[in-house]
Amino acid sequence: MNQPVRVKTLKIDGRDVSGREDETILEVARQNGIFIPTLCNLEGLTPIGACRLCLVEIKGVSRLLPACVTRVEEGMEVYTQSERLQKYRRMVLELLFSERNHICSVCVVNGHCELQSMAQILGMTHVSVPYRFPRLPVDASHERFVVDHNRCILCTRCVRVCDEIEGAHTWDVMGRGIDSRVITDLNQPWGESETCTSCGKCVNVCPTGALFEKGKPVSERLKKRQFLPYLTMMREERR
Amino acid sequence: MTPEELRKLAESQEEARPEPRHRIKICVAAGCLSAGSDRVREALQNEITQRRLEGECEVKGVGCLGLCTAGPLMLVEPDGVMYQNVTETDAADIVQSLGKKPVERLVCPADMSFFTKQYKIVLENSGVIDPEKIEDYIARDGYTALARVLEDMSPQDVIDEITRSGLRGRGGAGYPTGLKWSTVAKAGGSRKFVICNADEGDPGAFMDRSVLESDPHRVLEGMAIAAYAVGASQGYLYVRAEYPLAVKRLRTAIRQAERLGLLGNNICGTTFSFHVDIRLGAGAFVCGEETALIASIEGKRGQPRPRPPYPAEYGLWGYPTLINNVETFANVAPIIRNGGDWFASIGTEKSKGTKVFALAGRVKNTGLIEVPMGITLREIIFDIGGGIPDGHQFKAVQTGGPSGGCIPEQYLDMPVDYESLAKVGSIMGSGGMIVMDETSCMVDVAKFFMDFCVSESCGKCVPCRVGTAQMYHLLDKITSGQATMDDLALLEELCDMVKYTSLCGLGQTAPNPVLSTLQYFRDEYIAHIVDKQCPAGVCQMRH
Repeated sequence: MNQPVRVKTLKIDGRDVSGREDETILEVARQNGIFIPTLCNLEGLTPIGACRLCLVEIKGVSRLLPACVTRVEEGMEVYTQSERLQKYRRMVLELLFSERNHICSVCVVNGHCELQSMAQILGMTHVSVPYRFPRLPVDASHERFVVDHNRCILCTRCVRVCDEIEGAHTWDVMGRGIDSRVITDLNQPWGESETCTSCGKCVNVCPTGALFEKGKPVSERLKKRQFLPYLTMMREERR
Repeated sequence: MTPEELRKLAESQEEARPEPRHRIKICVAAGCLSAGSDRVREALQNEITQRRLEGECEVKGVGCLGLCTAGPLMLVEPDGVMYQNVTETDAADIVQSLGKKPVERLVCPADMSFFTKQYKIVLENSGVIDPEKIEDYIARDGYTALARVLEDMSPQDVIDEITRSGLRGRGGAGYPTGLKWSTVAKAGGSRKFVICNADEGDPGAFMDRSVLESDPHRVLEGMAIAAYAVGASQGYLYVRAEYPLAVKRLRTAIRQAERLGLLGNNICGTTFSFHVDIRLGAGAFVCGEETALIASIEGKRGQPRPRPPYPAEYGLWGYPTLINNVETFANVAPIIRNGGDWFASIGTEKSKGTKVFALAGRVKNTGLIEVPMGITLREIIFDIGGGIPDGHQFKAVQTGGPSGGCIPEQYLDMPVDYESLAKVGSIMGSGGMIVMDETSCMVDVAKFFMDFCVSESCGKCVPCRVGTAQMYHLLDKITSGQATMDDLALLEELCDMVKYTSLCGLGQTAPNPVLSTLQYFRDEYIAHIVDKQCPAGVCQMRH
């Protein structure tokens, strides 16, 4: 029973574009080469609208809406680059930098970190809120991987990839608010986790140096994400 | 049970219980219980037994009588005398005085404006019936609305009646209830759910707890009528675990209603079935947000998700779901019984009916009140509340908890309705009302609520998780005399950012206490920053 998929036409930043009714503003924007910044979003994982970088303005809607989860609608007029949005996006980044101990010069992914490059792209020149400098642990108990909570931005990509793609659900979040932290199993050391399959998907989707592989030089610590769209595609076809 | 049988049961209840010559109704809701009303009840019972008055005198536990500040409270019938601050040692005098002159030292004047200025719909049975007896509720027209709905109203009729009444959501946002019901009714789905949100968490608010403890069947009846209207057969009551007494009474109520065929399969002998289960919250304020509440019922981490899709379309386990607050459901049965037009005749143009408030803080008569919409804040605080004690001066009233704001004296004559409160930078909220006098520091109040938001933020979205922590840090700097005017500017920038970029209502409204105090009491902020002084003498300056 295949229902015909409707196509909607809309405007993004004044450009006429079209998208399937089940597509999000972010997807349609990307197809048309319109850049909307994201951090928690990753193609192939369920979008959660948590980082708030992809907020856009829609004419006639009083609230700002996250492009990653908002479906396109007929006649929508979307604005992605207003001054107000750019200011909010820089503040989101400043808050993220202030939250934990992000020190690029000594980071294992310096030069290929999504948080770092996003700050450069969005023109974040300084952090106006005070750094919090929390004391956070590093768990190197796993044979091949390390989790450094000082660099985690709680995007939960690791949680989602482990649950949705690998099916192990080793990762989850404990605590709440500013005390939230990703954990393996029921907060056991990663090396003692009984559910972890050591597949490394979490390491490869991590946008920062919070999850990394041991024993590699910084220049080789590029994250490989090609597997995600491929796996998703294979699943769609089998369905 | 058929509607006919229900009527008979109500009548037989009246007959079966020969009116004792004296009845002492003592409050057994949480407020008076914590003041020792259970011990007083026992002492009274012992006294009556000793004097061999069992046949003539009955001691009855009832729900909240309202004036919590003077608990334990009791009402003696048919004398119509109300006693306050009763202790075990007063039992003998009270029993002795039955039918004679009342015990002067304990009398609580029932003609005080605390009682006379109220208008009770939601609380009509509170303090009257025994919350643990379904017969008491039925004798007060309980479940007749449900029977009538099932007997001669279509689901659309019910929705029309609710729409006509103008009832708006009592959880705080004030969304039109009729519209919500019709959206869920129209949504397609093989199953639908009705959820009652009893995760009341605002500091100082206890309206829902009191309704559940005093009159649990009213909420169940409202839920059943809603389920019939939207086409649901399963309901969940999401109650916070911090309300053990409410949970106990709800369990009792559900069991009693099921036994009489007023819940469960084939209600009142019709094809309509509706089951209610209780789900306990685990102490997270954010679970009062509807999508987080749904996640919690599903057994997941209680975190909100972006809306749309709204629960009316995609709710519990992906099915269309109706979520209403306790007080909203408590209004349903009276609306059906008396008609939507009757309800619409109470209140203001856009805010109909009454609102229950938990009056707390620096006011003489603290407690639970129900007033018609449109009443002024001055009437609530100075007539019902009796004004500020100990010769102090009124300074501000905080409504809406951590999502609301502080309203200063100049707006005391403003009518209490959804729009007016929003206009002055606060919200109706679920009904917490905290009165403050000149001994309260407004920056300190803002800091208190921000501290609450920091610890209750779920941590999912960045603005709320980190933004509230940064705002708290800045407020702490201000209250300790370490801040500069640049810090104040940064605080205002953060307020704006967190308000407009957060994922759910918690973050979007978290800056409100700061924004409203900045709007009306900016000079206090300046005094802390420039003069390094706290005008109210609350904050300790660090040098």
